[in-house]
Amino acid sequence: MTQATQAAPSRTAAAVRLSGVSKAFGSGAGALLALDNVSLDVSPGEFVCLLGASGCGKSTLLNLVADLDQVSAGEIDTGDARLALMFQEPALFPWLTVTGNIELALKMRGVPRAERRGRAAELLGSVHLTGFEKRRPHQLSGGMRQRVALARALALTVDEQDTSKGTVLLMDEPFGALDAMTRDLLHDEIERIWREKNLSVLFVTHNVREAVRLGDRVVLLSSRPGRVVEEFPVPLDRPRRIDSPEVATLAGKITDRLREEVGRHGS
Amino acid sequence: MAVETRKRDIDPALERQITGLDALELGGRTRLKTSRRVWGSLWPKVAAIVLGVLAWQLVVWSGWKEEYVLPGPGLVFPELWERVQDGTMAEEVSTTMQRALVGFAISVAVGGIIGATVARVRVLRAAVGSLITGLQTLPSIVWLPFAVLLFNTSETAIMFVVVLGAAPSIAIGLIAGVDYTPPILLRAGKVMGLRGFNRFRHLLLPASLPSFVTGLKQGWAFAWRSLMAGELIVNFGKKSLGAQLGTDRDVNDSAGLLATMIVILVIGIVVDMAFGAADRSLRNRWGLNSD
Repeated sequence: MTQATQAAPSRTAAAVRLSGVSKAFGSGAGALLALDNVSLDVSPGEFVCLLGASGCGKSTLLNLVADLDQVSAGEIDTGDARLALMFQEPALFPWLTVTGNIELALKMRGVPRAERRGRAAELLGSVHLTGFEKRRPHQLSGGMRQRVALARALALTVDEQDTSKGTVLLMDEPFGALDAMTRDLLHDEIERIWREKNLSVLFVTHNVREAVRLGDRVVLLSSRPGRVVEEFPVPLDRPRRIDSPEVATLAGKITDRLREEVGRHGS
Repeated sequence: MAVETRKRDIDPALERQITGLDALELGGRTRLKTSRRVWGSLWPKVAAIVLGVLAWQLVVWSGWKEEYVLPGPGLVFPELWERVQDGTMAEEVSTTMQRALVGFAISVAVGGIIGATVARVRVLRAAVGSLITGLQTLPSIVWLPFAVLLFNTSETAIMFVVVLGAAPSIAIGLIAGVDYTPPILLRAGKVMGLRGFNRFRHLLLPASLPSFVTGLKQGWAFAWRSLMAGELIVNFGKKSLGAQLGTDRDVNDSAGLLATMIVILVIGIVVDMAFGAADRSLRNRWGLNSD
C-alpha cells in the first residue's frame, strides 16, 4: 500500500501492478521456477492479453493476482479493485440453476436476499441469457455455460459499499474449449461488456489471433521460466474482426517472435 | 463518439446471432413417452420373474427333493395368499418395516453426522477413516451375540445391529462425496470466497449428494440384511418376517418359509428400486448421465 502511494504521483495508478514477481514451486534443487521477475501493469479500463506457449506460467500468474496462491518474490498490487477470475471450464455448480449460481455469488458479496433475484436477472440479461434462468448448467451449450460463468464473475465484482471501485476481470483461456463460431461471437460479447462496464481485463490465451483481436496490448511471455519477452501495443480500431488482414499481420509478427522463443527450448 | 454509435449498430445483430446460435445448439432433443419408457424398463423384469418361477417349477418337477421339502410355486403362492388374507403377513410386514424405517433413520442420522464430521476434520479422518471402512466390511451379524449380551433379546439389540450395519456405508458415502468434489469446483468456490461453514454448506455438501445417495442405497441393503439376521436370531415372541422364518423352519412348513422369503425379497427389490429412481433423477437433474 505504501509503495503504491509513493509511486502514484509519477504515473496514473494501475488497476493491477506486478513488480518483479517470481514464483517457484517446491524448494531446494527440485524447485521449479514458474515465473521469473515479471513486471506488468494493467491500467484502469485496459484490455491486456497475456500470450505464451505451454509452461509459461500464465495460469500461475492469474492465480497469484487472484490471491489464490502466494508469490515467492516481488509484489502484486491490486489496490482496492474488485477481482473476478474466470477459467477455461465454466465451473458452474451443477446442483444450482443458472440463476442460483449467480445468486450464490451475489450472496457471497453481501447482496441482500431480496435483491439477488433481480440483480441476477440483470446480469444474465447482459450476457443474453434472459429466459434461461431456471435451466441447469448441463442443459445449456458450452458457449452459454461460459456466459453464465462470465455473469457469475461479474456478480463477484459487485460491491455494495462502494460502487466507484474499479473492476478487474482475470480470464484464464476462457474460450479455449469452445468451437470457432461460438468463440467469435463471445469475443464480440466480452468486448461489449468490457466497454459497458469499464472493466480492466487481464486475459490469458495461447491463441495469437485471439490476443490481437481483443487486446489493447499483447504481452508475450517466455516459457520455463515465464518472463516478459516483449510487449506489443495493438493500434487497431475497434471493433476488430479476427479474420481481418490487420489482425493477421500483427498476429503473424507476434507468432514469429513466439516461435523464436519456443525454439530456444529445442535441442 | 463514432465508436459509440457503431457499437449500438452492432448490438441487435450480435444479440440475434448469439441467441440464434444458442437455439441451434439446444435444439433437437427427443424424449420417449412416459408409458413407453415405463414399459421398456418393466418388461425385462417381468420376463425375468416368469423365467425364475419356471426354473423353480422345473427343479420341483425333476423330483430332486420331496415336495414337502421343496414345494413348487403351486403350493407356495396359495400359502402366501392365505397369509395375506388372514392378516398375519400384514402384521409381520408392519413390525419389520417399522423396525427397518426407524433403524434406517437412526443410521442416516448417525452416519450423516459421523461422515460430515470426519470429512471436515482432517485429524479425525486420519484417526478413524480406516476404522469406518473396517466396520463396513465387518458382517453385522458378528455384532449380534454381543448385542444380546448388552441389551438382552430386545428391540434395542435389533436396532443396534441394524445401525452398526448401515451407518458406516452412509458415512463413507458422504466422506467419498466430499473427497471427490471436482477440483475445478473447489477452485471456483475459492474465487467466490466460500470458506468454512459456507464452503461446506454451499459446495461440499451438495457436491457430495450423488455419492451420499449411493451410500444410502448401500446402507439400506446392509440395514435390511442386519434386520433379517437380527429378527431371526433375537426372537422374543413378537411376530415379524425374520421371526416367521424361524417359526416356519421349526414346524417344517417349507411352503410358508418360501412364502416369507418371497415377501422379504420383494420388499428388498422395491426399496432398492426406489433408491435407484432417486439416484437416477438426481443424476439427470445434474446432467451427470447425459454428458
